[in-house]
Amino acid sequence: MTGSIISRRGAFLMSLRRIEAMLLRYLYLLQGSWPRVLDLIYWPTIQMVLWGFTSQFFATNSSWVAKASGVLLGAVLLWDVLWRSQLGISLSFLEEMWARNLGNLFATPLRPYEWVLSFFAMSFVRVVIATVPAMLLAIPFYDYSIFSLGLPLIGFFGALMAMGWAVGLVVIALILRYGMGAEGIAWAVIFLLAPVSAVYYPVSALPSWLQAVAMLLPSAHVFEGMRAVMMEHRFPWDRFAAAVLLDLLYLGIGMAAFL
Amino acid sequence: MTESVIQVENLVKRFGETVAVDGIDFSLARGAVAGLLGGNGAGKTTTIAMLLGLLLPSSGSIRILGEDMLRHRHRVLPRMNFSSPYVDLPHRLTVRQNLSVYGRLYGVADPRERIAVLASDLQFKEFLDRPTGNLSAGQKTRVTLAKSLLNEPELLLLDEPTASLDPDTGDWVRGYLQAYRQRTNASILLASHNMGEVERLCGDVLMMRRGKIVDRGAPGELLTRYGRSSLEEVFLDIAREPEAA
Repeated sequence: MTGSIISRRGAFLMSLRRIEAMLLRYLYLLQGSWPRVLDLIYWPTIQMVLWGFTSQFFATNSSWVAKASGVLLGAVLLWDVLWRSQLGISLSFLEEMWARNLGNLFATPLRPYEWVLSFFAMSFVRVVIATVPAMLLAIPFYDYSIFSLGLPLIGFFGALMAMGWAVGLVVIALILRYGMGAEGIAWAVIFLLAPVSAVYYPVSALPSWLQAVAMLLPSAHVFEGMRAVMMEHRFPWDRFAAAVLLDLLYLGIGMAAFL
Repeated sequence: MTESVIQVENLVKRFGETVAVDGIDFSLARGAVAGLLGGNGAGKTTTIAMLLGLLLPSSGSIRILGEDMLRHRHRVLPRMNFSSPYVDLPHRLTVRQNLSVYGRLYGVADPRERIAVLASDLQFKEFLDRPTGNLSAGQKTRVTLAKSLLNEPELLLLDEPTASLDPDTGDWVRGYLQAYRQRTNASILLASHNMGEVERLCGDVLMMRRGKIVDRGAPGELLTRYGRSSLEEVFLDIAREPEAA
C-alpha cells in the first residue's frame, strides 16, 4: 500500500518534471528571440492605441459608449486574451513542426496530456506578456484601467483563456490530420468567431438567428458580462456560469480531437 | 535462455496500397548489437519508427523489454532512446538547452551532470552554448547521439548514426558505442548503409528488401553463405537478386 502510494507520488513528480521540461523548452525559445517577444507585445499595444482614440471619439459622440467610456478598450484588451491564448497553444505546437522535432518528442516518455498542460502553461505566459503591457499603457494614455473591473476581470480572463485553449487544441488536431496545409487556420480561425462573439457591440445587435449562435460561444457571454459590469455595475452570474460550462464542453471536445 | 529485448512477430505496415514492412519477425537479445541492412525504401526506418511507437503497425506485435509496445509504450520509453538523421533537435535552442529539456523528459536525475559527462565523452564542450542550428553536420550528429544516451538506455535504436561524420570521427563514434555497450550491456539495433560499420559493431545482421527480411545471420556466416569477402558484396548480391516469381 505504502509502496503503491510512493510509486504514484513518484509517477506524479515525473509527470510534473516532463511538463516543466516542455514549458522550459518554449521559454528558452522565447528568451532567445527578442523579435518573438516584440511580436507578442506589438499587436495588442497597437490595437489598444487605435481603439483608445476611437473610444475617446465615441465617448463624446455616442450615448451608448458615453455610458461607460472604457467599454471598447476593455473589449479590445479582453479580445486579445482570447486571441493570444489560442495562438499560444497553436504556435507552441507549430514550433515543433517547424523544428522537425515531433519525432524526438513522441519517442520520449512525454504523455499527450502532459504536453497539453505545458501548452496551457505557455499560453498563459504568452497572454500575460502580450496583454499586460497594453493594459498598463492604457492607464496613462487614456485614463482607463481594465483592472477597475475588479474580481470579475479574473473570471473573464480565465473564461476567455479556456476558450482560446479549446480552439487551439482543435487547430492542432486539424494540423495533425491535414498537415502544414492547415497552418493558416491557426492564424485565422479566431476571427471567424469575432463577429458572433459580440466583442464591440451587444449580442442584441446581431440578427436573431446569429444571436442563437452567439449564445453557444463563451466569448459572447464574457463580453456581455463585461458590459454588464461596466454599464450596470453588476456581475452577471448567469453569463459567467454559461461561459464556464461552455468552456468545459469545448475543452472536452478540444482534448478529444487532440488526443 | 537469453532474454529478448526486442521481440517482433509478423509485423506489417501499409501506407495505402504500399506495403512498407511486410510480415517481419526478429528478436534481439540483451547486450546484442544487430544491424538492419537494406537499400533505400527497404523498410528499415519504418521498422525503427514502429519500434519507437512513432508509427502504428497495420498488424503484428512488438514486445520491447518485456512490454507490449502497442499498449504500454510509456512504460518502456524511459528505458530506450534513438538517434536519426531524419529528426532534428530545435535549431534555435542551444545544445545545452536542448539536452536539458530532453534530460528532464527522460527523467534523468541530474541532467546538468549527465550533460557535462556526455559533452566531455563526445567532445562537444566547446559548443554547448551555441545554437544547435549553427552546428556543422558532424557536430549535430554528436549532439544527437548525446541526446540518445542521456538516459543511459537499455535499448538504443540508431538510424545511420555516423552518416555525416568524417571517417576519423565516425570510427571514434563506433568505438564509443562499443564501449557503451560493454559498460552497460545495452542492446543496439542499428540501421546503416555503412557496411564496415555493421561488420565492426553487429553480431547479427538482418538484410531487408522491399519490406521483408530476406536473409539474416552473423556477418561471417553471410560472407560464407554468399561466398563473398565483404558485406558490401553480400548487400549488392541481395539488392540485385531478381524477385522470385
